[in-house]
Parts: sequence; structure tokens; C-alpha cells
Amino acid sequence: MANGHPTLELRNLRTHFFTRAGVVKAVDDVSFSVGRGKVLGLVGESGSGKSVTGFSIIGLIDPPGRITGGQILYQGQDLARLDEEGMRHLRGNRIAMIFQDPMMTLNPVLRIDTQMIETVLAHEKVSREEARQRARDALGQVGIASPDERLRAYPHQFSGGMRQRVAIAIALLHKPDLIIADEPTTALDVTIQGQILAEAQKLCSQFGTALIWITHDLSVVAGLADDIAVMYAGKVVEQGPVDQVLDAPLHPYTAGLIGSVPSRNHRGAALRQIPGMTPSLLNIDAGCAFRARCPRAEIRCAEPPPMAEYLPGRLARCIHPHEEAVAA
Amino acid sequence: MSMTLDAPRAAAAAETPPPIVEVRGVSKRFEKTLDFAARLLKRAGMPVREEVVHAVDGVDLSVRKGEVVGLVGESGCGKSTLGRMVAGIMPPTEGTILRHGRDLRGLSGSEARLAKLRTQMIFQDPYASLNPRLKVAEIVGEAPLYHGMAKRDGIADYVDEQLRRAGLDPGLKGRYPHQFSGGQRQRIGIARALAVQPDFLVCDEAVAALDVSIQAQILNLFMKLRRELDLTYLFISHDLGVVEHLSDRVVIMYLGRVVEEAPSEEVFARPNHPYTRALLAEVPRIEARKRSFVGVQGEIPSPLNPPGGCHFHPRCPHAMERCRVERPVLREIAAGHRSACHLNDAA
Repeated sequence: MANGHPTLELRNLRTHFFTRAGVVKAVDDVSFSVGRGKVLGLVGESGSGKSVTGFSIIGLIDPPGRITGGQILYQGQDLARLDEEGMRHLRGNRIAMIFQDPMMTLNPVLRIDTQMIETVLAHEKVSREEARQRARDALGQVGIASPDERLRAYPHQFSGGMRQRVAIAIALLHKPDLIIADEPTTALDVTIQGQILAEAQKLCSQFGTALIWITHDLSVVAGLADDIAVMYAGKVVEQGPVDQVLDAPLHPYTAGLIGSVPSRNHRGAALRQIPGMTPSLLNIDAGCAFRARCPRAEIRCAEPPPMAEYLPGRLARCIHPHEEAVAA
Repeated sequence: MSMTLDAPRAAAAAETPPPIVEVRGVSKRFEKTLDFAARLLKRAGMPVREEVVHAVDGVDLSVRKGEVVGLVGESGCGKSTLGRMVAGIMPPTEGTILRHGRDLRGLSGSEARLAKLRTQMIFQDPYASLNPRLKVAEIVGEAPLYHGMAKRDGIADYVDEQLRRAGLDPGLKGRYPHQFSGGQRQRIGIARALAVQPDFLVCDEAVAALDVSIQAQILNLFMKLRRELDLTYLFISHDLGVVEHLSDRVVIMYLGRVVEEAPSEEVFARPNHPYTRALLAEVPRIEARKRSFVGVQGEIPSPLNPPGGCHFHPRCPHAMERCRVERPVLREIAAGHRSACHLNDAA
């Protein structure tokens, strides 16, 4: 299956929403790639466009939204130009998505077995019995005890963490090449989150699944991801290997985000906060969207900053990135 | 009121500030009473019983003046219920809560009202905790006006001051809550709480719903207010990073009981209870890169039917026979460090 292409490569993806109030550029010129068995942490705050990026990949953008430009290359094949029929063959089969709220995946009035068997049969010609067996195995894989009994339960009979496991099990049914996980642990407790993260890691190492982990939580990404892409106001402002980005961020926004995370290194000290708040994406101008909140902003920031490779493998969309990081 | 203090505690009390709130043996039970059909069945001898949730089960806690106490636990551990009882908006089923050494239940109406005012609460959801039909000026100004902290002709200035202190432009006070962002709403909630001049704030997941950069702004605001107004906080959160950053002392709850209590540095450096250790191990940290997550085994049990003995024993890697039957008591294992685990007896 591997034909020299990364599992997924986005090239200048643009997803815009054409509302009555104006054009919302939710995703505006986003490029990144994820290879087999790799984890990309897609980080950003509410409204940064990280979820819309995920939805664009899997083809779930509804009007007034539309992919207006760029390519979504799944193993070299452009999904942005694929028809609905072709997309249906891939969605849930080769590319799966896990949502923040597992009830978005699960139908509340159908038993788990019905839903899982349906998913198997949608993409493969196997007997019902075989499909049930597959469902059983998938539940076992995500650590659900006595899967035979649990298959006959309804979603409301599960706790939040269990439901998320079922959602993950459904995503696993076809051993997809790519999983897009949209804040899957945000609503869960710490110990349950640990269990889910453990499952995700196992998945990547065992099946070589590429994983896009969308989150606002830098600490989760720090422990899980290989690479990180930080989004702000619809654009990726910085990307690179997770260690390097977190240790020596190039973009002032990334630096601000890291400074905002309470950490044991500076207990009780004031957090380095970012002043102001995220701009509205409606009719945003072409300049750097962060400049109103940026301590380093100057007159040239009103022009669109290019995404530039300041260090090998490290890109930032800023005309004067942190020199410390570049010099290091 | 007579208090019997033993010698070492009295000595300790002399150096440390007096507790602003003292919770003694407090429990809260929620009962679901049987409906008519169930009562009939019960009378007919069917095994029907009332369902009881022990949300909080025999908790002792004291918060000293000027201190920030972090109350940590996962969903359903009773931390919010405890916070509500401490804030005085929910009566305990059992036990006493002393404010400034006095039990509110023994006070007369007006005295009790004034004592209650000194404890205020900040809620998690900045969308649900503000009345959508009131303007900000009314939300912040209503209580001080009613309680006589400001006169009607001075209320405008009074509200302006409260808003400015919470980091909001007083020019926005004619707006409604829906016209503000989450972080700004949380500031309105803070201004409202501070408007009645409390000395103690109970913050129930006050930053959980906010984005990281906004969360940092609000945390900084809490710390600034603490310095300026000499406030005491009970800071309830599931986020250990936030609690570690802010708190002087940390109290950890599991299924309605306190399992460990210690000064912040102590608890993060030398966690004693297996649950605390598991919790700390699972917290993702920005410093910890590409680690392998393991996960504590098992689910959080239902508080309707918690396991006997130590509530944590079904998930505990060190559980012994005794843990299944006997409830461990919260005992001091080092100065100011208390833990409820049978393993400490063996050592």
C-alpha cells in the first residue's frame, strides 16, 4: 500500500464558510503531512480551525462551507476532488474519525452490536457472524471487559470513558490507515484519559496507523505526538518536531501558549499570559492575525507573513521569530 | 462554644493563622425516594430499596486564612458537593461546618446572612451562571445594593470599581452576558462575587471551560486578587497542573472521601496514597515527551454502590485482604501530610 507517499498530505488547504455576514476563512492555507505510524498533534484554541481541518479531510463540510482550494492527498490521491461515492468507500474504512463527544458517533437507539456490524458490512462482504466476531475483537482490543455482553448493550448503559472506547473500537474495525481524533479525551477524567492515550499509542505502533490528534492541550501532545502543528485563526503558524517546538518555539503565539500552561517549573509565579483574545474569523485581513496580541508586532506585520523554514524541518509564519530558537 | 484541643495542635494553632472554614465529619447523602409503585412492591416483600448516593462521606477539612487549598478529584468524587456545602448553598446531611469558628446554624437570621456573604462562589460554566436577562451592571450591582454595601446613588461607581478590579472595561456594563466571551463572562462572575466583599472564595472548576491563553489570564487575576484583597480560596479542579500552580495545600478526594492531604510541594514530590500516585502518573505534562501511557486499570466505580473497605481497592495494585473490609482512616504520616491507606500501617 505504501507507494512512497505519506499517509496524508495537505497542501494549501482552504475551507471557507460563505455566510450572510461575510466569508469565514476557517481554514486558510494549511499544509502538513503525516506518515505511517506517526502522530501529528494539531493544536489550537477554540475557533482556530483545527476541527474544520479534520472535517475537511474526511469530507464532512456542509454548506455554507466549502473546500475552496488546495489538495488533500491520501496516499497520493486527492480527496478534495473525489466524488461522494469514492469518499464513502474511504470514510470509516481507510480513514476514520473519533469525535470529542462519543454520542456523535453512536446512535442512542441502536445496540452496540447493530452499529458495529453495520459498520463492518458497509465496507466488506463478510457474514454477519464474522462481522460480529470482528466487533467483539475490536471491543476487546480497546480494553472493554466481557465484550460479548457489552455488545448487546445500548450506548446509554456505558460510562463516558467506555463510550469513547466503543467509538474508538468502531474506528478500528477496518484497521484504517488514518485516524483523525478530535479532542477525544477532553471530556474524560485524567485516569481514563491515560487509558485512551495508551490505546492510541498501541494502535500506531501495532498497525502503523497515522494519527492526527486535534487538541487544545499542549501537555497531551507533548506526551503523544511526533510532530506538532499549531493553528491560529485558520492558519498553521508553526510546525515541527514536538520536542524542538515545545523547547524552543519560533512563533510568539506558540511561546505564549506554552507560557500559559501551568507547570511545575514556576509554581505560584504569574503565568506568561497572552493579552486579548482570538480574533473573529469573519472578514479577517491578510496580515498576521496574531499581531494585535503580539509583543513583537511592528508595522511590517500588517503584510501577510510567509511560512518560512527557519530551521531544518521547522516552519513558522512570522517575520521575526524568536532569535534564541534560531540561534540555538 | 468549647473546643478541646490537644497540646500539639494548640501549639501548632498558635503559629498558623486560624481556620476561616472548618469542616468536621461532613457527609452529604442524596436519596431517591421510592415512587408509589416501588412502595407497593416493597410492602409486598419485594427487594426494593431506596437508592442512596454518598456524595461526601465523613470529610474533615480546614482552610486557614490567606491559604489557597486545592481540592482535586475526578468526576463524581464529591468535590463540587463539598464545595457547595462549604460555600453554604447546600446543607450537609451530617457534621458541622464552622466559619470563623462559628456554626452558621446557631446564628440568628441577620448574623447568619452576613456570615454567609463572606463566602462567595465562582462557578465553572460562565454561560449558565449569569442571568441572561440582566445587564452586567445589574448582575454585579444587585447583591451589594440589597445588602447595603452601596447606596443607590453610589452604585454606579461601586460597580465600575468591581468591574475594573476584575479586569473589565466599566464602559461595557450596559451589555448583556451573551455579548461577552467566555473569559470575560468569568470576569463578570468574579466581579459579582467580589462585590459583596467576601474574604473566602470557593472556585468550582472556575477555569475548566476556558481556552489555555484565557485560562492563564484568569489564573493570574485570581493570584492578583489574592494579594490585593487578602483572599482565601478553596480551588476545586480536576486539573492537577492548575492546582499545583496555584495552591499552598492540596486535598485529594476519591468517591466521597479524602484520601490524601498535604502541602503542594510535598504531595507532588512524595505522593503517598496509591490513587494520588496513579493520578500524578497519568497527568500529561508539557515536560514529559513521547512517553508511554499506561493507564490506571478499571473504571471509577458508581457512587451508588461503592466497593467496601477502601474505595480504591479494586483498582489498586497494592490491595490486600484488609483493604476490602476496613475503611482506612486519614492519618498523619509526616508533618502536615495526611493519607488514608492501610499500607502506611505495614511500614
